[in-house]
Amino acid sequence: MNLTLKVWRQKSPNAPGRFITFQADGVIPDMSFLEMLDVVNEGLIEKGEDPIAFDSDCREGICGMCSLVINGVPHGGHKGTATCQLHMRHFKDGDTITIEPWRARAFPIIKDLVVNRWAFDRIIQAGGFISVSTGGAPDANAIPIPKADQDQSMDAAACIGCGACVAACKNASAMLFVAAKVSHLSLLPQGKVERHRRVTNMVKAMDAEGFGACTVTGSCEAVCPKEINLTFIARMNREYLAAWFKGK
Amino acid sequence: MLRLFQSSLGKKYIMAVSGFVLFGFVIVHMLGNLQIFLGPEPLNRYAHFLQSMPELLWLARIVLLTMVALHVWSAIKLSLENKAARPAGYEGNPTPVAASYASRTMLMSGLIVAVFIIYHLLHFTVQTPAVNLTGQDFKTFLDPQTKHHDVFRMMVVGYSKFWVSGFYILGMALLCLHLSHGVTGMFQSLGLKNEHTGKWIDRFALAVAAVIFLGNCSIPMAVLLGYVR
Ligand code: HEM
Ligand code: SF4
Ligand code: FES
Repeated sequence: MNLTLKVWRQKSPNAPGRFITFQADGVIPDMSFLEMLDVVNEGLIEKGEDPIAFDSDCREGICGMCSLVINGVPHGGHKGTATCQLHMRHFKDGDTITIEPWRARAFPIIKDLVVNRWAFDRIIQAGGFISVSTGGAPDANAIPIPKADQDQSMDAAACIGCGACVAACKNASAMLFVAAKVSHLSLLPQGKVERHRRVTNMVKAMDAEGFGACTVTGSCEAVCPKEINLTFIARMNREYLAAWFKGK
Repeated sequence: MLRLFQSSLGKKYIMAVSGFVLFGFVIVHMLGNLQIFLGPEPLNRYAHFLQSMPELLWLARIVLLTMVALHVWSAIKLSLENKAARPAGYEGNPTPVAASYASRTMLMSGLIVAVFIIYHLLHFTVQTPAVNLTGQDFKTFLDPQTKHHDVFRMMVVGYSKFWVSGFYILGMALLCLHLSHGVTGMFQSLGLKNEHTGKWIDRFALAVAAVIFLGNCSIPMAVLLGYVR
């Protein structure tokens, strides 16, 4: 199939960017979206032009590096699908596809479609960890954990930190990401110890990075490749309130 | 305490708690006013009962005004921060994925409701003759028997003006749009939603918003249609 791509190109963080149109011909429906871009880039390199810069690493939906807004929707709008897992069979011959970077003040553009997501790392550094050394792997059932807690914790732990939630939100709010991290750790016995300090510090870091606040529009959960849902944000709100009451 | 006013989550709590108090008031206020359907005597007795306790009345007014101030302050502060967090949008300004109309227009519906509240206070609380479009002074309406303020007649005369009633209905439509999302948001912000209660809270929000709309609009409609006179 033959496609027209409208791609955001920007040389450097402060240079003005604009859309450039490319032709992607002979695209095979079984290609992933990123493979399609690889082919376009090979063509550009052959012509001696600068290839389109975009992020990716695992290409199997687990690392959170891929980050493209496709036709206005982060990761392209297929339920539970990261950009790298999106396939060209979802498009039709002759389609025009608009490709943009994540847009948020806290995610400045580095080049073309690549944004700087250090803000997430700094939020994690503020509390997204367990301070004690856990040593070697303990016996699987040495510490009993209720099944429901364990399931919920695992659901939250599925967050790959891609930032699509921020990109989709009209307020560029990072609450789904922070809520996933807060919930994942505070639901488990090892993480419970520091739960109050954790949520307070992570929310403080989140605000300091310049992310917006949640207005419960639900855009984040709709685009999340790991289907993290809004109830985790309610859980974070509860945790933060409890921490505030405890004076922590 | 400071953290409550500075952090994003803290401001959401302020918005939710103030919104909750206002929401509670809207319900009680509606129930009180629906007594218009019982006739002039019960409504005027109720109005006089409220007027007869000026200390409590003023306490309630001060609490409500404080809540409005906190709500509007947090709404505007958060909205400005949210705008700053997203300086550039996407090509062709697509509507945000999955976001309902009500959720996208909370600030607008809220601000128009604020204008409506000011009008409503001038109309029936301060009773400024200039805003009622009837050329009459509501303060002079006295119940022939008790000589207390005739609130029933004030409402009937007040709502007999088509444009006045129309603005009330518009105000209610926007308030209910605001509440259809605001009530779920309130539970969410205070952490009272979970995987089991979530969908019931969403349904509850839609249902109360509809009840408030129908209940409140029934009054100007009944007057306009000549059912209450
Ligand atoms: C006076 C002007 C008003 C303005 C400017 C305003 C604005 C807002 C805004 C921007 C939100 C946040 C929306 C969101 O989180 O998605 C909100 C939430 C809310 N508003 Fe209002 N509003 C106003 C009046 C009212 C009134 C009169 C009521 C009650 C009857 C009310 C009840 C609520 C509730 C319950 C919430 C949800 C709180 C939350 O999301 O945590 N608002 N309002
Ligand atoms: S919550 Fe979902 S969308 Fe947000 S960073 Fe985690 S995986 Fe990505
Ligand atoms: S490249 Fe790793 S999740 Fe897409």
